[in-house]
Amino acid sequence: MKTLEELRAIRENTLKNINVRKDDKSAIIRIVVGMATCGIAAGARPVMQAFIEEAALRGLNHVQITQTGCIGLCRYEPMADVFIPGQEKVTYINLTPEKAKRIVLEHIVNGNPVIEYAIGSAENNK
Amino acid sequence: MELFRSHVLVCGGTGCTSSGSNMILENFEAELKKHQLENEVKVIQTGCFGLCEAGPVVIVYPDGTFYSHVKPEDVKEITEEHLLKGRVVRRLVYTDRGDHHDAGKPLDEISFYKHQTRIALRNCGVIDPENIDEYIAFDGYKALATCLTEKTPQDVLDLITEANLRGRGGGGFPAGKKWQFAANSKSDKKYVICNADEGDPGAFMDRSILEGDPHSVLEAMAICGYSIGSDEGYIYVRAEYPIAVERLETAIRQAREYGLLGKNILGTDFSFDIHLRLGAGAFVCGEETALMASIEGKRGEPRPKPPFPAVAGLFGKPTNINNVETYANVPHIINKGVEWFRSLGTEKSPGTKVFALGGKINNTGLVEISMGTPLRNVIYDIGGGIPKGKEFKAVQTGGPSGGCIPASLLDVPIEYDSLVEIGSMMGSGGMIVMDEDNCMVDIARFFLDFTVEESCGKCTPCRIGTKRMLEILDRIVEGKGRDGDIEKLERLAETISSSSLCGLGQTAPNPVLSTLRYFRDEYEAHIYEKRCPAHHCKKLLHLEITDNCRGCTACARVCPVEAISGEVRNKHYIDPDKCTKCFSCIEKCRFGAIVKV
Repeated sequence: MKTLEELRAIRENTLKNINVRKDDKSAIIRIVVGMATCGIAAGARPVMQAFIEEAALRGLNHVQITQTGCIGLCRYEPMADVFIPGQEKVTYINLTPEKAKRIVLEHIVNGNPVIEYAIGSAENNK
Repeated sequence: MELFRSHVLVCGGTGCTSSGSNMILENFEAELKKHQLENEVKVIQTGCFGLCEAGPVVIVYPDGTFYSHVKPEDVKEITEEHLLKGRVVRRLVYTDRGDHHDAGKPLDEISFYKHQTRIALRNCGVIDPENIDEYIAFDGYKALATCLTEKTPQDVLDLITEANLRGRGGGGFPAGKKWQFAANSKSDKKYVICNADEGDPGAFMDRSILEGDPHSVLEAMAICGYSIGSDEGYIYVRAEYPIAVERLETAIRQAREYGLLGKNILGTDFSFDIHLRLGAGAFVCGEETALMASIEGKRGEPRPKPPFPAVAGLFGKPTNINNVETYANVPHIINKGVEWFRSLGTEKSPGTKVFALGGKINNTGLVEISMGTPLRNVIYDIGGGIPKGKEFKAVQTGGPSGGCIPASLLDVPIEYDSLVEIGSMMGSGGMIVMDEDNCMVDIARFFLDFTVEESCGKCTPCRIGTKRMLEILDRIVEGKGRDGDIEKLERLAETISSSSLCGLGQTAPNPVLSTLRYFRDEYEAHIYEKRCPAHHCKKLLHLEITDNCRGCTACARVCPVEAISGEVRNKHYIDPDKCTKCFSCIEKCRFGAIVKV
């Protein structure tokens, strides 16, 4: 037997899971992982997994994690772009699962891009 | 909580299932496992998407990529390219008419969907029909909860009456009034019935709702039960709908587990349970009194009314009976309110109606439109027009009880009353489009043949009258029509419709009457000139080879009865006595030299 509250809980929980099917994409944060052959060879799969796990752990149902192809900077793979509506895109490079988790926590949750992992820092340090 | 980065929706409606969507589903599961994506990507079987012409259909979210005509062997490519590497498989993306957008358009911008308003089909193709949690997530059982905790039964009755929801089974009787009648009847026991005995040739909207969103019907039946004071419901569904039956059984089981059916629903005093009864596929059992007789275990035959079911229905108790689509509207009306519902459609017929588009049309499938939409929009904007550049001739609505609407009336708005005015009817929602190659006399004959087959035989006008009409029509299409046949048909039609016992007989002559009204010249051509203007009736045409013939002998070689003779590089000749009019020579001829005369 379910009560009204339990129904509401089921609704909210399931909604998190099927938000992915909503057509309205305007208010959604996107993490796009490079998953071409170069990306996968460099270890993009565990990075992707880490993003998904960390987002699930923190209940971030407004975050969409998708994949994209090669953008030509194969030497920086695994890479990921983070799009937050109203902010500039941040491109992260040479990722590892640990770095991915830190990005979710600091950039997505707390709103502070992890500058040291971003592509700009690598270019400056040359 | 499990989170998946991507959802793959595979259509599990009857249309797509018959073209292999089960294999697609299995292949996806195997491929995902192979690439270790099973924890990242979720595969869901949904109900019908509506665009059956493009089936089997697969949608990949979050991108919203709409893949059409997917074959089981394409799954490997979609998995490796799209799901693993994020590259859309362009060759499989649905292309809108004349539009070549590389990654495909979002679903709601495709012209087939753009002009639709989906209420009854709101969840079809969106949720997993075998998972009650997904229904609940899309506000499922919220309407029932609202009714049980915040509204009195009379509040619910008033709400449905004010919304002016009219019966979607075809008659258009206001559901609120029906419910009120049943509520007013005093009895220790009352029943709620859902009529899912969809039998019109070419109609499949009820099936799709049951397959794609079974819980919406269960919820609405419980709401109806609460408002009229009933604790037991029956769904009478055809045994020919195995997927619908299976999903209904699953849905009922899940609802019982959650306590949304059964004793003391949501901890209130209200109890309600639902049983399934399978019909054996008799068309007459869609008539409410015959349907109830069938549930009682009797022969499926209608009885005179009154008493109406609301007074003495199933097992002699007050009963409310509505069609699947009518029920599917109810939860949404309660959630979104009367004002919202009345803002859709027309003053006299608010809301939407689902139609099954079929026949000579590009986008065969299921569409839901606001009442009052002109037929032209449905056929050209949503349906994509007539294939092969042929001329539109007529559209048949209402199945064997309806009529044909000619091209001159294409701008008539679709609603109950306007369709009756022009000699057709809304019916349950079959919409069969015909082009210049269809013979209207033969169409009338086809529907009458169906009625004769399905007449239960209880009353004389229907049993014998329709048979006599069919004999006359058979004669006409064979070129043996006589002077006076048209008048005889009209006289019989009037007698049958005024004296038959139930709706089946009363409306059976409609296809003949409406074609006589708009295409009388075709009847006259058959009878007096022994000619079929559409070149359809085989007894009234013969084949001829024109001067375009190059003498390639292709026709003579393909002819199964050796009716074609002629020298190489000389014009050939067809022997009309031998020709069986199989038309294989026409298909074979590369010069268009063979014509029907």
